[in-house]
Amino acid sequence: MSEAARIHLENAESRQHRLSTAFRWSALITGGALAVTGLSRRSKSGVALAAGGGLLSWLGAQAGTQQRELIARSSIQLNCSPEQAYEFWSQIENLPLFMRHLESVVLSGDNQSHWVAIGPLGKRLHWTAEIAFDRQGDVIAWRSLPDSEIYVDGVVKFRKALGNRGTIINVFVVYQPPAGSIGNAFAKMLGKDPNFMMRQDLRRLKALIETGEIPTIEGQTHGPRSGATAVARVLNPDDPIKGQGKITEIADARRRAS
Amino acid sequence: MKAVCWMGTEKMSVENVPDPTILNPRDAIVRITSTCICGSDLHLYDGLMPTLEQGDILGHEFMGEVVEVGAGVNREKLKVGDRVVVPFTIACGNCFFCQQQLWSCCDNSNPNYWMAEKLMGYSPSGLFGYTHMLGGYAGGQAQYARVPYADVGPLKIPDGIPDEQVVFLSDIFPTGYMGAENCNIKPGDTIAIWGCGPVGLFAIRSAFLLGAERVIAIDRFDYRLKRAEDAGAEIINYEEVDDVVQLLKDMTGNIGPDACLDAVGMEAHYTGPMWALDRTKQVLRMQPDRPGVLREAIIACRKGGTVSVPGVYGGFIDKMPMGAYMNKGITMKTGQTHMMRYMKPLLELIQGGKIDPSFVVSHRVPIDKAPEMYKVFRDKQDHCTKVVLDPWANGASIAA
Repeated sequence: MSEAARIHLENAESRQHRLSTAFRWSALITGGALAVTGLSRRSKSGVALAAGGGLLSWLGAQAGTQQRELIARSSIQLNCSPEQAYEFWSQIENLPLFMRHLESVVLSGDNQSHWVAIGPLGKRLHWTAEIAFDRQGDVIAWRSLPDSEIYVDGVVKFRKALGNRGTIINVFVVYQPPAGSIGNAFAKMLGKDPNFMMRQDLRRLKALIETGEIPTIEGQTHGPRSGATAVARVLNPDDPIKGQGKITEIADARRRAS
Repeated sequence: MKAVCWMGTEKMSVENVPDPTILNPRDAIVRITSTCICGSDLHLYDGLMPTLEQGDILGHEFMGEVVEVGAGVNREKLKVGDRVVVPFTIACGNCFFCQQQLWSCCDNSNPNYWMAEKLMGYSPSGLFGYTHMLGGYAGGQAQYARVPYADVGPLKIPDGIPDEQVVFLSDIFPTGYMGAENCNIKPGDTIAIWGCGPVGLFAIRSAFLLGAERVIAIDRFDYRLKRAEDAGAEIINYEEVDDVVQLLKDMTGNIGPDACLDAVGMEAHYTGPMWALDRTKQVLRMQPDRPGVLREAIIACRKGGTVSVPGVYGGFIDKMPMGAYMNKGITMKTGQTHMMRYMKPLLELIQGGKIDPSFVVSHRVPIDKAPEMYKVFRDKQDHCTKVVLDPWANGASIAA
């Protein structure tokens, strides 16, 4: 993604509260620009860029058709090759290993998958998604199908970091929570800071890919706690899913994966 | 098991807590044979470090025997029965920073990365027995400890070397050594070292090992200055002189020390109106750190010299002499110790008889005495320089 595109996206985010259509236009413009740049390169990566850009435009256009949307965007460096990172992500059943709000992703054939997210108080949201675009070692995009309880469209781009320092991935996800209490609660959970949640998810991905495990102190021994600790736990922005043991979540996901 | 828990400011308590368990595949459990109280534990004791929680087990200088290893631990590197020293910084060994030997900057070991990120931009590695901002890992002032990434950090120790000679490889010896190495010592150099606590004392010896011609040590306790003198340093008791900076200039022909090392950190004691102001601001939580030594080190340092900071700082400081720092062309080198870089070579120095780190010990006590020893160590009572705890001994103090 070019620097200009990045700035576009950043602007889109900072304005999203007061200007609901900013993202849509910015994504359209940025996506369009990417597509043009990509096409003009006439190379393999150029084609990918064009495709990614096209998708972004599509996302932008789609985003405008719903009443509300939440955008999460983040980037992280992984100490592995783009192919390895792609390989891990392309098995989308792996996503719940590091995406805290996901309970499971199950492949259901025909390029489709069934997703379950855990919202506040353990409430679950279900949707079916399909891979919208997939280029080996480069980019994966997915979108939810009509009649989903929540619309989640996303794209992840893998590129080699400068100086042979592994891979940089950029992730961009648009959520369109449903109306009603579950949707509202889910929106609230994500809405505090979707970028923060995405950053945390990517950090878990990084740890998982680089070290084979996610660092934790959950369940470790300690002396008598006070009320202050309970308050700290409740206010912990990294653990927005209350009433749900997060370590069991990860453990369950891991069991499913193995 | 018994564990030393922080129960509030200046409230330490030995509690009976559940034994640690393996939480991640690369964890190991170590049965601790020796563990120590570190000067940086005193910042926690004094309640100056945010994000510590009641019930947290402290301690980051420990060694012992491996009693359990997780399924993901490389058995060629670590197995049950190995005798190990555990470094205080926790590093994964796989990330960009670990591979650059910047072990204390590990990108993966802090589960609370986001907390440190808010304060520092990026998070350093997780630490044992420290604040939740730095991981919140249960510490080693206990009978057992869980050690993450166990095939990366722990250093195997052959039988036959007593705990006392090697336990300080867990922190203070490498920390003093890296502090000295960061002084960029060249033949003929004069190094000024503030603080003659354990890190300062190791820094003095390390500076000589690295070829320093002259070391000048600064403190206010004669018993600590005596230990510095034993290590070969010239000494200054800053409470007995008018102006440390002027004295350092006088001692070096107005050139100044080639490097100044701050082995004191955020709870420095000094004199004059600045002391009163900084102390007041710290009590009022307007300034977490008291930077008197750092300021003095920058002012005292010769032009083009180096300031090395192994002393711990937590947050922000006021009145940083940025003008002196900039105009004199000073280099400042800092960091939590990149432990895995130093442990093995320093063990070889010990095995080769070049240094016997046990010189630093002043107190050996059973773990039950830990709460009172925090106070003794903090208040520099009873000529205290270093407290070693025996997690399994019962009863009265064992004479040093």
